[in-house]
Amino acid sequence: MDILRRTLLKGAGATGAIAAAVAAGLLKPSLALAADDRAAFEAKDIASALKGIGADSAAGNTAIVIKAPDIAENGAVVPVDVVSNIPNTISLAVLVDKNPMPLSSAFDFANGAVPEMSLRLKMGQTSLVRAVAKTADGKYYVAEKEVKVTIGGCGG
Amino acid sequence: MFMSRREFLHILAAASAAGFALNHRALAAEGGAKRYDLPRHGNVHFLHFTDCHAQLLPVYFREPSVNLGIGAARGKAPHLVGEHLLKAFGIAPKSSDAYALTDLDFVAAARAYGKVGGFAHLATLVKRLRASRPGALLLDGGDTWQGSATALWSRGQDMVDACKLLGVDMMTPHWELTYGAERVKEIVDNELKGKIEFLAQNVKTADFGDAVFSPYALREMNGVPVAVIGQGFPYTPIANPHYLIPDWTMGIQEEEMQKVVNEARGKGAQVVVVLSHNGMDVDLKMASRLTGVDAILGGHTHDGVPAPVIVGNPGGKTLVMNSGSNGKFLSVLDFDVRGGKVRDFRYTLLPVFANLLPVDADMAAHIDKARAPHQTRLAEPLAVSEGLLYRRGNFNGSWDQLILDAMLEVKGAQIAFSPGFRWGTSLLPGQTITFEDVMAQTAITYPYSTLTDMTGATIKDILEDVCDNLFNADPYKQQGGDMVRVGGLAYACDPNAAMGRRIQDMRLNGQPLDAGKTYKVAGWAPVAAGATGEPIWDVITKWLRDKKTIAPRQLNSPKLIGVDGNPGIA
Repeated sequence: MDILRRTLLKGAGATGAIAAAVAAGLLKPSLALAADDRAAFEAKDIASALKGIGADSAAGNTAIVIKAPDIAENGAVVPVDVVSNIPNTISLAVLVDKNPMPLSSAFDFANGAVPEMSLRLKMGQTSLVRAVAKTADGKYYVAEKEVKVTIGGCGG
Repeated sequence: MFMSRREFLHILAAASAAGFALNHRALAAEGGAKRYDLPRHGNVHFLHFTDCHAQLLPVYFREPSVNLGIGAARGKAPHLVGEHLLKAFGIAPKSSDAYALTDLDFVAAARAYGKVGGFAHLATLVKRLRASRPGALLLDGGDTWQGSATALWSRGQDMVDACKLLGVDMMTPHWELTYGAERVKEIVDNELKGKIEFLAQNVKTADFGDAVFSPYALREMNGVPVAVIGQGFPYTPIANPHYLIPDWTMGIQEEEMQKVVNEARGKGAQVVVVLSHNGMDVDLKMASRLTGVDAILGGHTHDGVPAPVIVGNPGGKTLVMNSGSNGKFLSVLDFDVRGGKVRDFRYTLLPVFANLLPVDADMAAHIDKARAPHQTRLAEPLAVSEGLLYRRGNFNGSWDQLILDAMLEVKGAQIAFSPGFRWGTSLLPGQTITFEDVMAQTAITYPYSTLTDMTGATIKDILEDVCDNLFNADPYKQQGGDMVRVGGLAYACDPNAAMGRRIQDMRLNGQPLDAGKTYKVAGWAPVAAGATGEPIWDVITKWLRDKKTIAPRQLNSPKLIGVDGNPGIA
């Protein structure tokens, strides 16, 4: 119940309540991926993935905030929260440079929903995590944060 | 030197018998216990100790001769050792302070000045300082419930009782959590309730991110509202087994820390102190980014730093201190607060010299009681060490080398790994190694020793990974331990290089390590769930009993590249 409420308040989420957000008209359903999207999701390197979503020349912007651990506690489930404070953000995508398929997720936000999402990503190694925001005027912006993945042990 | 082993040990024994008289003379020459008559300053007072690692009795503890600062940290506190440290802080060579803060002439200085720490001596000092500082808060930076046999066997109970008796007001955790979530909650919710505040703003539930412990405490001291915020060791779920606290998540949580600071200020706090187990490099970075924090009293990296580092940030200035380890030091921080503002401060890092402080009778009685049932087992003599045994240092220590040598032989391994823990006390040449001494290096809740087949490539990956935890240019990506100790395998290390390129020239018996070949590697303290194996103390004990006399160890340390002139190396 609590998850659902939080998710709805945020307008979007990837923690199992997406359907509710869709039902509330905050998140556009995109069950049938367009050919372009499919190519981006299947891209094997970061350059192709960025190109696939049209963001290969995105400008850096600190108004996109990525909240992720400096060192992951478990590379199999890395909590990553992204919010875009850029006005008129209509979509957000999250990419992990070193993952076999870097594009992890892309969401469109409708009806003025707050462009914020909370993900759990799988990461095999230390990598940059990038968040790309697209605004209503068709421009792309990007922010990045490195998340370290370590074998652990040997601390203090 | 033509001296038989028997003669050698005889001379050492005579020297140590003479030690008591020697201790008093050397310390008296500097004014004796007068150093503890610290005049009160201002109206807000904090006493701080950290990382005592359950050492209830006085100990020897040799500070590192290698504590490298890389990149921006080069040559700055806490990355100063030996003469460099003395020079930077204006400490007289051969003084008791030099003994407390460096490894210089350690054996001679230890014989001259004697043991440090011990809760019965610390209790006397705390009482003395409290008498002159009404309302003073005693803060415990954590790593208090772990590090000794009696702490492990009582699952922290002997230390919980000792801290209540000592009058600890607030604490924050690291190794405490390795007794498991259930035991920690049992202690915090019952035994500490109303007595010791267990503070950690950065321990949250993994599901909803709810606070597990109180993030901070607000108290009034001599009419001034003060806040203390707890910061547990951020990487406990990574550096120690996550399965022991499976439902909790940690991390630095800098943004949340700022919110807590703001909340405390909003409630009227005129002094805000962070009681931190971040490690000093992380504290320094955090101090440069937070606003509204007057001081960070830190621990974890075991740095005894005699003066605060004053860090500028957008909100003003923050003092960063680190109070050493093993009960060796007590920090005294006085603030003069008038008109709602901190006007001035005084800070003193007091070494706790057991020979200058009489024991506190109540604490001594508690310690005796806690030890009595185990006395025979603790005192069991295993061997005599001819050399100095110590642990601290970025790459190796003679105690670690002893552990590695024991593992290689008992386990029949080609290569051995031992974790880069910074706790573990020192033994002087000629001292008998007892079972208690072995436990002071090994007493953890996951002591399993292992023998694993690893490829050369895996071995390289492990060394690179641990080395990055020590030398990553970003302090927020460091974990605060030292480099994994390595037996059997020679290598070179370039701490300034990027991850993946630091570890070089790995050789086994003179031959380059083959990335594709498999080697037998012994280790202990695995963090993964499901590990089993003979406890490491049994492996070491077996070996010591067999050898009886332990010759000085030949340290296997990497050839270091690119650190010439670094003041973090003697």
